[in-house]
Amino acid sequence: MNEFSSKIFYWRKAKSTLMTSLSLLSVIVAVVPLFLIFFYTLLQGVSAINIDFFVQMPKPVGETGGGMANALVGTGILLGLGSIIGLPISIMAGIYLAENENAAFAKIVRFLTDVLSGIPSIVVGVVAYMLVVIPMKQFSAIAGGVALGILMIPTATRTTEEMIKLVPNVFREGALALGIPRWKATLRIILPTALKGITTGVLLAIARAAGETAPLIFTALGNRFWSTDIAHPMASLTVFIFDYAKAPFDDWNRQAWGAAFVLIVLIFIVNISFRFITRDRYAGKHN
Amino acid sequence: MKSEKSRRSVVNIGDRIFRSTTWFFAFVVFALVFLMAYEMLKGSQLSIEKFGFKFLTGTTWDPVADNYGALPFIFGTVVSSLLALLLALPLSVGVAIFLAELAPRWIERPMSFMVELLAAIPSIVYGLWGVFVLVPWLRTSVEPKLLAISDTFPLFKGAPYGFGMLAAGIILAIMILPIISSISRDVLSAIPDTQREAALALGATRWEATKIILSDGRSGILGATLLGLGRAVGETMAVTMVIGNRPEISASLLDPGYSMASVIANEFAEATTALYTSSLIEIALILFCVTIVLNAAARLIVWSVTKKFKTA
Amino acid sequence: MQENITKEIFMTTNVQVPAFVPPMIENVHKIETKNLNAFFGKTQALKTISLSIAQNKATAIIGPSGCGKSTFLRCLNRMHEVAGGTMNGTILLDGKNILDYDPVNLRRRVGMVFQKPNPFPTMSIFDNVAAGLRLNGVREKNHIAETVERSLQQAALWNEVKDSLGKSGISLSGGQQQRLCIARALAVSPEVLLMDEPASALDPISTAKIEELVYELKKNYTIIIVTHNMQQAARVSDYTAFFYMGELIEYDVTKKIFTMPSNKQTEDYVTGRFG
Repeated sequence: MNEFSSKIFYWRKAKSTLMTSLSLLSVIVAVVPLFLIFFYTLLQGVSAINIDFFVQMPKPVGETGGGMANALVGTGILLGLGSIIGLPISIMAGIYLAENENAAFAKIVRFLTDVLSGIPSIVVGVVAYMLVVIPMKQFSAIAGGVALGILMIPTATRTTEEMIKLVPNVFREGALALGIPRWKATLRIILPTALKGITTGVLLAIARAAGETAPLIFTALGNRFWSTDIAHPMASLTVFIFDYAKAPFDDWNRQAWGAAFVLIVLIFIVNISFRFITRDRYAGKHN
Repeated sequence: MKSEKSRRSVVNIGDRIFRSTTWFFAFVVFALVFLMAYEMLKGSQLSIEKFGFKFLTGTTWDPVADNYGALPFIFGTVVSSLLALLLALPLSVGVAIFLAELAPRWIERPMSFMVELLAAIPSIVYGLWGVFVLVPWLRTSVEPKLLAISDTFPLFKGAPYGFGMLAAGIILAIMILPIISSISRDVLSAIPDTQREAALALGATRWEATKIILSDGRSGILGATLLGLGRAVGETMAVTMVIGNRPEISASLLDPGYSMASVIANEFAEATTALYTSSLIEIALILFCVTIVLNAAARLIVWSVTKKFKTA
Repeated sequence: MQENITKEIFMTTNVQVPAFVPPMIENVHKIETKNLNAFFGKTQALKTISLSIAQNKATAIIGPSGCGKSTFLRCLNRMHEVAGGTMNGTILLDGKNILDYDPVNLRRRVGMVFQKPNPFPTMSIFDNVAAGLRLNGVREKNHIAETVERSLQQAALWNEVKDSLGKSGISLSGGQQQRLCIARALAVSPEVLLMDEPASALDPISTAKIEELVYELKKNYTIIIVTHNMQQAARVSDYTAFFYMGELIEYDVTKKIFTMPSNKQTEDYVTGRFG
């Protein structure tokens, strides 16, 4: 009966144990950079964080201290512009995709949305340059807003669609059975139910846009001074980090870390909330 | 279903308006991709007319003489992305196997989440970390050792700048690992348990059963890899800050290089002539096309794999 | 003999039946369980199951849904623990405790066929059958080819697929896929074949083919077949065990279980009063 060699058997068992350990090892190696980066940013950045950092303007070269108030406000304005441009489109398109799940056009749009999400942000910046900077003949917050708005569209559209689809069908059926027209059922019943999820999805899209640097470099450009004029260059948190990281001054580098820390914390908060709110969806995934 | 829909929309104008409105916005998304393609074609006209296909093979990038060739950047993007893939792929598959096959649920959930958080870190922060942590570490601890063996491995010749292709490859690997591993994990989880049982009941070891599952999911993992590659190709800030920004083709990983995305980021705002700008736009166009092809292929593959197992 | 199986109702006399003798005395015991208890977490799925399985005979396990039949089967090749279950008690294979075997080795000797056919989709028919062999380190091409042919013949599938061995395993019909899975299990020369409702997902013609197979295979293998189809149990098995709510209610020669059961519950079940 023992046509199968026992030497081979022991080798197979050893190999299985080896590969299982390697697999565990790769998880550790994969997760280690996350901790490294997060905690390093924390350590480096926390020393730069104080009230001044948030409230003051950048100081001239050579002087220490100062803050990134204009960059914070700038990012806020840019995200606001991006949201105005990108979110209405995304939410409406998301509704369309959820309501017309099997239509051929919906399948095409869904596919294109996924493709859109893979386009590098710098390419989107180039497009925004051509669409806005060239006609306006200058760099502006509007151009930056257009770039960020386009970047928000894939995420916001897909999450809106997913959140609406999560609403159990019984709600819609109940409404229709009462004689309410389909569009009212969607607007008055389905959307409010999905609102929490849609909002978190939208916040996720905004958070991703908040972390973008490349498209802003030649659309909103950057601004060392205080400005809320959207027709002109505007500062942003990410470009602030970029400029201050490149600089040869230790104090500026430290501030870059501080800004990076603030950015990461905000993004993590949004991501964690999103995961928390959609946790039920992930509950059944693992066998 | 269809006749019911048309019956109802005749009865209800509200439905029609609503559907048309949402359809319109969906159309905007649809049109956006084509609009982007159009704009970039328009913008690269000048450069395409001047250089033709030689743009892709030319190695001089000379703003002063207004003469542009994109090969150094194409080379830089290709090498850094492939290096990233080489480093990230085995790790990603290892992570996916662990999360989908081996880990009990109470470990799997937090681990999956942590890996996904890695994907949320902005490129600029990776770049910052790269400049102040990775590069110095490479310069002092790693590259000198690589130089010591560079006679047998000419891949490592050069000087230990720290900045360069190696740094770019490593940072990109960290950045694409989450996307490859989470999609691979999804693909593996979609394979029904009965496959694992069949393998184990035959007398397979845990690893052998996993190998069979990997084989079942191999096209999905391929799709995940393509998506990761797409992300690596388009990454800008992290690469710009560590690659060294020198438009030269070199055989050594230790040498500085320049990627397509980086040159656009560094030089676009200061492009002095129309031809300069047009050349940069043409590089953006190349990036656009490459990422679209990679993403479209990947999505189609992943979609067909998960469909196959849902109906099986 | 084979044609008769398909027409046989469980009351006819074509099955060779000795005088009623408890299986324990008469045959070699391939597998023995003593006070086997099985759990999923806190839920107890099997309660003190003690029985002996006769070598080279077919033993059917019948009972209503959820009575523990499949769990019992999975304990025998230690697949129960793969699904996260626990068990205590003794299970002996050829007199040796199965916990003393390495699970990988045990599963080679005790093969399993599942309810829903599960051929490996990325492998050809040939590779599917050869999978178990290759895992065990067998390399010689001739040996593999011979074994594949032998297994497919034993599974009564050879003639249908001999010209298309390179086609994908899932290109076959449901009934053929199941016979492919049987061939795959047989290729590693197991001594015991566990079959978990092998025909329940198939059409009547395929079911009949599987039943014929069991009838042939039991000459060389010890077969334990779980089924919710009583007529099937009566047709193919020599011994039948009736499980109810995790307990072994009655275990005897098949003919006796279906004609003169000793236990009232058994009688109620086989006459269709419940279940």
